[in-house]
Amino acid sequence: MIEKLVYYFSFPYVRYAFIVGLLVAVCSALLGVTLVLKRYSFIGDGLSHVAFGGIAIAAVTGITNDMIVVLPVTIISAVLLLSAGTNAKIKGDAAVAMISVGALAIGYLLMNIFNVSGNISGDVCTTLFGSTSILTLQESEVWLCIILSVVIVLAFLIFYNRIFAVTFDENFARAVGTRVNFYNLMIAVLIAVIIVLAMNLVGSLLISALVIFPALSAMRIYKSFRSVTICSVVLSVICATLGLLIAILEGTPVGSTIVAVDIVAFFACCLIGRLTRQA
Amino acid sequence: MAQLICKDLALGYDGEVIQDKLNFKVEQGDYLCIVGENGSGKSTLMKTILGLTKPMGGEVSFGDELTPKTIGYLPQQTLVQRDFPASVWEIVLSGCQGRGDKRFFYTGEDKALARTNMERMDIWGLKNRCYRELSGGQQQRVLLARALCATKKMLLLDEPVTGLDPKVASELYQVVSDLNRKDHISVIMISHDIQAAVQYAKHILHIGNRNFYGTRDEYVSSTLGKQFIRFEVGEEA
Repeated sequence: MIEKLVYYFSFPYVRYAFIVGLLVAVCSALLGVTLVLKRYSFIGDGLSHVAFGGIAIAAVTGITNDMIVVLPVTIISAVLLLSAGTNAKIKGDAAVAMISVGALAIGYLLMNIFNVSGNISGDVCTTLFGSTSILTLQESEVWLCIILSVVIVLAFLIFYNRIFAVTFDENFARAVGTRVNFYNLMIAVLIAVIIVLAMNLVGSLLISALVIFPALSAMRIYKSFRSVTICSVVLSVICATLGLLIAILEGTPVGSTIVAVDIVAFFACCLIGRLTRQA
Repeated sequence: MAQLICKDLALGYDGEVIQDKLNFKVEQGDYLCIVGENGSGKSTLMKTILGLTKPMGGEVSFGDELTPKTIGYLPQQTLVQRDFPASVWEIVLSGCQGRGDKRFFYTGEDKALARTNMERMDIWGLKNRCYRELSGGQQQRVLLARALCATKKMLLLDEPVTGLDPKVASELYQVVSDLNRKDHISVIMISHDIQAAVQYAKHILHIGNRNFYGTRDEYVSSTLGKQFIRFEVGEEA
């Protein structure tokens, strides 16, 4: 098995997949805790569908590097969704449902009408669930991923105390002069970036799982914000590593394998949480 | 010296005025209870004092080096907080976030202040406990310690005893009263609990269809006060 792994790792695209996978795991877990606690999980889900729409547009217009389209579109949607949540002509959850289903439908429609590759169902499936093989990452994408990940991690570390404050109690934070709207916006933008990064790896339907599962798992066991955040990052990295290894060795689809490992970890954490509480 | 003066204040939101011509002030060491029916604008008044909502008219002014940011605010609990994984220490420390505008990390001074206030609230022993596993009374002490980190002069409490059982509620009133008497921290409390309000407050502001501002004794002997006290107490019995 080791020999097989060494053989596989001699290919650059396998190494790329590993680098991107681990970076995405770290970033999504970091922000996932805040997202779950702020009850923003649904926004993550909505944004991933928007990103799908963005990819469709990129594919149709023949732009080879689809990040150029997807990143701005997703960030703008994140900003829109967040402001829709606060000034409620259309209530937050309804607005998210509208935008996400809309983006999904338009994306699929566009891919059908302007059929470029001849294998629509294959393309759609890849976009939604991630590639079955991991041959798709290019070196430029890996670099972009590294740069954006560094930005996300730095932003999270620098603003950690502020992020905690606006997550735990917006009203208090606002009263002592913290710019709550700015930090909410920042969180939404970071989420948008993470979703776009994760698209290549797990596909747009499974991104939410990467964001939500490690945070929820960590919350079963740990009881302070700091330990939950650290645990969820560690857990996320372990799950992504295992998932990737299984996917490489067994040839299973990367995204769904990682999510499956995340699910197993969640139930393990539930069990540990219950046992330690009784003890 | 007056720390807070509200002059001809008009309150409202979405362009609609719900209260007009509110006049009152808070001196150092004062204990003001704001009472009144639901929907009379108590929460809006509070947001206006904190500078989160602009007044529709009139003005709020501060003295004695007080600003909206240096009022210690104890908001009502939100649903999010009920199952939030945070330690008591993390929460109290977050009360220091307004102290250094351009700093993103807490200093040793902030940490010492958090510790002092936790000891003051008798919760230092709960330092590493998880907030969601505490009793209602303990949770309020945590939030009170956090509010004290943000202020030296004035506490603003929004319905602090909601959901607490009577014994715990009276303990909390005692804690607040001690802060007021011993440490000379001014207290503004929005309250549904009219009995406690007339027991502890020095001044009372009643807002509703008719407004009243005066000392506790004046309120108790006023017709509005008598009616309201009888009505509220009768309702509970």
